[in-house]
Amino acid sequence: MSQKTVVLGVIGADVHAVGNKILAYAFELAGLKVVNLGVMVSQKEFVDAAIEANADAITVSSLYGHGEIDCRGLREMCDEAGLKNIKLYAGGNLVVGKRDFTETEKAFKQMGFDRVYAPGTAPEQTIADIKADLA
Amino acid sequence: MNIILTADVGSTFTKMTAVDIDSKEIIGSARSFTTIETNVMEGFNSALKELTAQCGQLTFQKKVASSSAAGGLKMIAVGLVPDLTVKAARLAATNAGAKIMKTYSYDLTQKEQEEISSLNPDMVLLSGGIDGGNKDVIIHNAKVLAQIEGNFSIVVAGNKSAEDEIAEIIKDSGKRVVLCENVMPEFNKLNIDSAKKAIRDLFIENIISAKGLNELQAILATEIVPTPLAVFDAADLLSQGTKTQKGLGDLMIFDVGGATTDVYSMADGNPSRPNVFIHGFKDPFAKRTVEGDLGMRYSILPLAEEAGLEVVAELADTTKQDVIAWLDTCKKAPDTLPIEGSVERRIDETLAGMAIKISTERHCGSVEKVFTIAGEAFAQMGKDLTQVKYVIGTGGSVIGSSNPKSILGRSLFQVGDMTLLKPMSPTMLLDRKYMLSSMGLLSKLEPDVALAIMKRELLENGQLD
Repeated sequence: MSQKTVVLGVIGADVHAVGNKILAYAFELAGLKVVNLGVMVSQKEFVDAAIEANADAITVSSLYGHGEIDCRGLREMCDEAGLKNIKLYAGGNLVVGKRDFTETEKAFKQMGFDRVYAPGTAPEQTIADIKADLA
Repeated sequence: MNIILTADVGSTFTKMTAVDIDSKEIIGSARSFTTIETNVMEGFNSALKELTAQCGQLTFQKKVASSSAAGGLKMIAVGLVPDLTVKAARLAATNAGAKIMKTYSYDLTQKEQEEISSLNPDMVLLSGGIDGGNKDVIIHNAKVLAQIEGNFSIVVAGNKSAEDEIAEIIKDSGKRVVLCENVMPEFNKLNIDSAKKAIRDLFIENIISAKGLNELQAILATEIVPTPLAVFDAADLLSQGTKTQKGLGDLMIFDVGGATTDVYSMADGNPSRPNVFIHGFKDPFAKRTVEGDLGMRYSILPLAEEAGLEVVAELADTTKQDVIAWLDTCKKAPDTLPIEGSVERRIDETLAGMAIKISTERHCGSVEKVFTIAGEAFAQMGKDLTQVKYVIGTGGSVIGSSNPKSILGRSLFQVGDMTLLKPMSPTMLLDRKYMLSSMGLLSKLEPDVALAIMKRELLENGQLD
């Protein structure tokens, strides 16, 4: 099975960088090819990178609480860009305030995300899911 | 006596300069019309005759030359995503001294194929996909290019995984193909030197003879380079210095020509203020941009349009009708020069200033305010050129103007548009002797002499007050 490529980044005006580095490292150790866009990444940049890299998945991190607005429209942009069937994952601290995670998960899945992760999810979980999805 | 001859075979004029290496001085310069249709040596020898008349009989130890004749090095860049590989390919080509006729993104269409065919480039730079990334588009584009009837060479600087297949496709078509490293091997990582070298080698191999410059090449000490590359080399040397002489540090050069405005910046461009993140593409230290729609004669219409006819009229203290009349005159007779003191001169000089203003804005970086949980921050795209120490102007419309300082001053930072990272308080210098490309050529043989001459001519004789 050829190496799978994942585009990784922190979306919007969010500058949380440490978790992003940890994820990138963990993904690489697990044998995934990582295109790490770092922080403050726009939707367009995720999509552009996925095109150039012929990526299998895009993993969006958001930690400052505005994830839902920032991620809205990403699936449609991927479709427009010819990235149909690319896997979209979201995780971090996706919404501000106290909200039942199942509601958040539902909202993101409706926006076209394949998997949605709650705060505190271990990278190993995400890696296992990605590998299973892309097998 | 150690005298070196530098020559530039331009599209209109063949210019030459004699340099005394021992005394580190320019001893004379001359020019004559370029005779590329018949035999370029006619124009060359005619200029030489003039030089001899000026300086007496000279024996040259060596001769070097550049050329932008027959349209210079005309290239097309093809890539995948406009802001990524297309941009990287364009940068590689402009840094190699090429004139970019057009760039293309994504899959080439039949219409675009026909367009490329009619544009008749010297070379096509084909890129697309980071290494191990997207292969389909670059392979599709290789096939489209291979089918075009034409004698252009193709430099392949894209996804290395597609390299072998692309080489086969193009070789079958009979076109010359050169494989080099990906201009963007990893996301947002620029790697243009390999492509730049390939373009340069192909220029030497093919273009020199195609443009009728073989006979000239035979008498030279080094290979002919495209003229913009000579200026690029001069800028690089002037900025970085040599082992024994210091350079000037961060600088920019503006060359306003008849067809294009070329901008060179030699600077890292790192953020000069705190709380600034570099975002996206990191521009190289040495960067050249070519604006093919900003020129004083052949591109005067798009220049005026881009600047805005009303704006030009107001700045030149005249009417829109006068501006339009002047544009018309220039379009019909590109060798027209305005009379001193006339309204046409004011319009012309206003346009030169606008060419510098607009080309700076396209070349320099910009900042965007972002609000983060850590407070206000700035995302910087491109190079921060606010701290550039020297801004140098060259080209007839700047050097020969009545107020070069005001024209060159159009490159400066403006409080009204703080997002553009233009130079804030540089020393402005003028290349009064038109010696930059000559010194760029000389730098390949005698870098210390070339640097000494440039520093003297610019710092001592080129100050603008």
